[in-house]
Amino acid sequence: MPKDQGIGASSKRREDVRFLTGTGNYTDDINLVNQTYAHFLRSDVAHGTINSIDASAAEAMEGVVKVFTAKDFEGVGGIPCGWQVTDREGNPMQEPKHPILAEGKVRHVGDPIAVVIAESPELARDAAEAVEVDITELPAVVDMKAACAEGATKVHDDLSSNLCYDWGFVEENRDAVDQAIKSAAHVTTLELTNNRLVANPMEPRVAVGDYNRANDEHTLYTTSQNPHVIRLLMGAFVLGIPEHKLRVVAPDVGGGFGTKIFHYAEEAFVTFAAKALNRPVKWTCSRSEAFISDAHGRDHVTKIELALDSDNKFTAIRTETYANMGAYLSTFAPSVPTWLHGTLMAGNYTTPLIYVNVKAVFTNTVPVDAYRGAGRPEATFQLERVVDKAARELGMDPAELRRLNFIKPDQFPYETPVAVAYDTGNYHATLDKALDLTDYAGFDARAAESKANGKMRGFGIAHYIEACGIAPSNLVGQLGARAGLYESATVRVNATGSIAVMTGSHSHGQGHETTFAQVVADMIGIDESQVDIVHGDTSKTPMGMGTYGSRSIAVGGSAMVRAAEKVINKAKKIAAHLMEAADADIELKDGQFSVAGTDKSVAWGDVCLAAYVPHNYPLEEIEPGLEETAFYDPANFTYPSGAYFCEVEVDPGTGKIEILGFTAADDFGNVINPMIVEGQVHGGLAQGLGQAMLENCVYDDNGQLLSGSYMDYAMPRAHDLPNFTVDHSCQTPCTHNPLGVKGCGEAGAIGSPPALVNAVIDALHRGGYPVEHIDMPLSPSRVWNAMQSVK
Amino acid sequence: MYNFDFEQPGSVEDAVAALKEEDALALSGGQTLIPSMKQRLNAPSKLVSLTGIEALKGVCQNGDTLSVGAATTHATVAAEGGAYAALAALAGGIGDPAVRNRGTLGGSLANNDPAACYPSAVLASGATVVTNAREIAADDFFDGMFATALDEGEIITSVNFPIPEKASYQKFEQPASRFALTGVFVAKYADGVRVAVTGASEEGVMRWAEAEAALSADFSSEAVDGLSVAADGLISDLHGTPEYRANLIKVLTKRAVAAA
Repeated sequence: MPKDQGIGASSKRREDVRFLTGTGNYTDDINLVNQTYAHFLRSDVAHGTINSIDASAAEAMEGVVKVFTAKDFEGVGGIPCGWQVTDREGNPMQEPKHPILAEGKVRHVGDPIAVVIAESPELARDAAEAVEVDITELPAVVDMKAACAEGATKVHDDLSSNLCYDWGFVEENRDAVDQAIKSAAHVTTLELTNNRLVANPMEPRVAVGDYNRANDEHTLYTTSQNPHVIRLLMGAFVLGIPEHKLRVVAPDVGGGFGTKIFHYAEEAFVTFAAKALNRPVKWTCSRSEAFISDAHGRDHVTKIELALDSDNKFTAIRTETYANMGAYLSTFAPSVPTWLHGTLMAGNYTTPLIYVNVKAVFTNTVPVDAYRGAGRPEATFQLERVVDKAARELGMDPAELRRLNFIKPDQFPYETPVAVAYDTGNYHATLDKALDLTDYAGFDARAAESKANGKMRGFGIAHYIEACGIAPSNLVGQLGARAGLYESATVRVNATGSIAVMTGSHSHGQGHETTFAQVVADMIGIDESQVDIVHGDTSKTPMGMGTYGSRSIAVGGSAMVRAAEKVINKAKKIAAHLMEAADADIELKDGQFSVAGTDKSVAWGDVCLAAYVPHNYPLEEIEPGLEETAFYDPANFTYPSGAYFCEVEVDPGTGKIEILGFTAADDFGNVINPMIVEGQVHGGLAQGLGQAMLENCVYDDNGQLLSGSYMDYAMPRAHDLPNFTVDHSCQTPCTHNPLGVKGCGEAGAIGSPPALVNAVIDALHRGGYPVEHIDMPLSPSRVWNAMQSVK
Repeated sequence: MYNFDFEQPGSVEDAVAALKEEDALALSGGQTLIPSMKQRLNAPSKLVSLTGIEALKGVCQNGDTLSVGAATTHATVAAEGGAYAALAALAGGIGDPAVRNRGTLGGSLANNDPAACYPSAVLASGATVVTNAREIAADDFFDGMFATALDEGEIITSVNFPIPEKASYQKFEQPASRFALTGVFVAKYADGVRVAVTGASEEGVMRWAEAEAALSADFSSEAVDGLSVAADGLISDLHGTPEYRANLIKVLTKRAVAAA
């Protein structure tokens, strides 16, 4: 019997009551008295010199409050970057200023030039058309390799080149890797692109700035995954507002996928303008505007080489990647192609020598930063594609080649040659589980049936590992992070025993309000309904780093457990006093404190009441009240892993792919709410398969965004996807956090793209088209064109 | 969206009169015009809505002809156009339910989007486009991307579709917009076969004469095997090269014949 409460139960998502009935409170639902509206006038050219801005006609229009330009921000800091990468020589990366509004030059389509504040959004937009901007267009830098060429136009005049950094990892291994590849029995090489994506959360970004002159307090309401991080970055580095005078609220947020981690210029703008005007300022992003102002994802161009010995064991991996930074460094952009990518290049395998080279490049495009998986999908994609290609070249079953090279269950903890130590895992188990769940043996018969129907059937395998639960602060500090990555929780017990948990994690669709309540209720043995989760407001929650990198249950959940343990320990002392027993003899089960070996007991609620009404209470030993805070800094990353199998049919006439089946066998360690985990995997798979098959952000040579709306940017829809087979019964619990959990948010987006591409390549080979690779997305025309290229 | 005046006349005559104002535009289902106005790409001074004119609505069969009022929604054609099953199926596959319950036949034809579905049905059927002023043969109506034979202020009132012996529309969807990346409508009549292609040509909807001749002689998929389509003049965009579209024209024609 599955549990119906607490850890392991598929409790229904309590937040869905408001989300499904239209009663959520999103940032755009917030309207303040005397509010004004901001409209950003954005560059329609990718690169140019601003000769003049004449806002006089706009400012004279009825209903216009003010037009802001860069000159209003003299003395105000730029948008900071939260991570510094050092290059192969040990020098810091090139870090250009990212002004709130363009200063002298525009550097991408969408770069904000001026902001009109008016009494309504329509008036602001009308007036923006009356702002006269004279720009001399300059040549745009779009292609990364061209951007690195001698004499290329520079995106930033004050930098020496368009190269942000040239990173080598592990630099000391470089020669040994070169040597191993030179002397290998077999080398498989693959050049590929990891396509640029636009995150497209259902809720576009919104920011509302408010200022209270009476006590000099600022409030920013914003669509953020991490309000405390925004408060820190914006307060300390941009606007110079001390924390106690700045409150950041991220209420219900309709999807983030990484793109709402970052501190954006619009947030700083509305906060600044609200004080300047002494009126609230609201900005609501349109969908079209989101395409040119939300940070994009991925956009890597990679060459990978895999060396094997005569026993088909992997001996070395060498990669060279160009990573697009866009025109400015977004908050965590430098870390994505380096520490979130290079450290994962060992995958699930025992490859002893690895060298990763990454050149991060500035271009006249929207900044690129973390997107669901962030660096780990890029690592997994190239590795699982090259392993698949190697199996084909060697005439081996792709599952067997993987199995041969897997880290074995008895090798954990396993130190990889790329600086991380996997604490636990069992890759053979997840591969076997996926094989069990997929009729692998019956594939040939199914393929024959497809062939009889004029279709080509293929089967694709991918295995992945990811580093989640980010991150140990002391480690990331050494790697260039400009912040710690702990998490916090306050467990506040009320006098009648109900509980509010204030967490630094932020839920923007993940179901934290349900899952976190299950954990705390389970620890005490009370009904889940007695626990509420509070998040998203810096004035209510302790300093915390927010939600991304599949970290919330592993780091935020652990902080919550630590705080709840402190509460329980104190409550046991109170219970001991009430029952006149020794502290050490008190046991807590099902919400009852009892004295071991006796029939004496006292209920949780009575102990809580005693804590707040301390009439019969050991005041000389312990304080009244029952509220504890804990900060949890993880000892290591967590390492979820899994085997993903994809079965497809390709229509040879049109190149169209149909996904017939998809199996995900994941090891997430312990699972708190299986239903929510399954939902997270479904969403991740939809995003990963969307990247693999549909989504593509494309610029032309002039830096104009060609895929700037849903007319050309293809989002995955339900009928593009099969019914997924999702399993998470293979569980090797994390060894270093109290819940034994690993995190599940990004897995689907990491493991699914190579599984799909491997399946399509397999189908084409079986159909007589020996295509080695097709870059994502595998649109019908790309598949068909690839088929023609080998005919 | 900029401000505009709005009128909803009850008759074609009143609509024609209302459209005489400079910068006035006719509004039918608004599935293209309204989004373009929201994006401020179009700024009419006045919109004259045609959907209040009952005479422009409805589907009726007169012998071998299916007559569809210009302001009839796609959903209505899908539900009531069964006498011309391929046409009803085409209407039922346009956009999504919201589009099908607002968008109209006349609106689609007057706009003549090069990737719209309806123009291929009109052209392949050799239909007659009836306006407030005249009757226009399908072959004379379409005049390149987003251009038609309609004069300023001329309103389509209905379209008369000769009902074919056999017909099928095969749409291959563009992955993002779900418009026709290429669509082929094949219609077989007693006096011959007509094949119309949408989504492929830079000149908008077009006929494929070689396939028509081959299929008129032998109405089978194999009849098209020996033919090929030149890529010259076909659309190149993010979703397909001219060569890919040329391939789709042939593949979809064969499938349409097989399905007819």
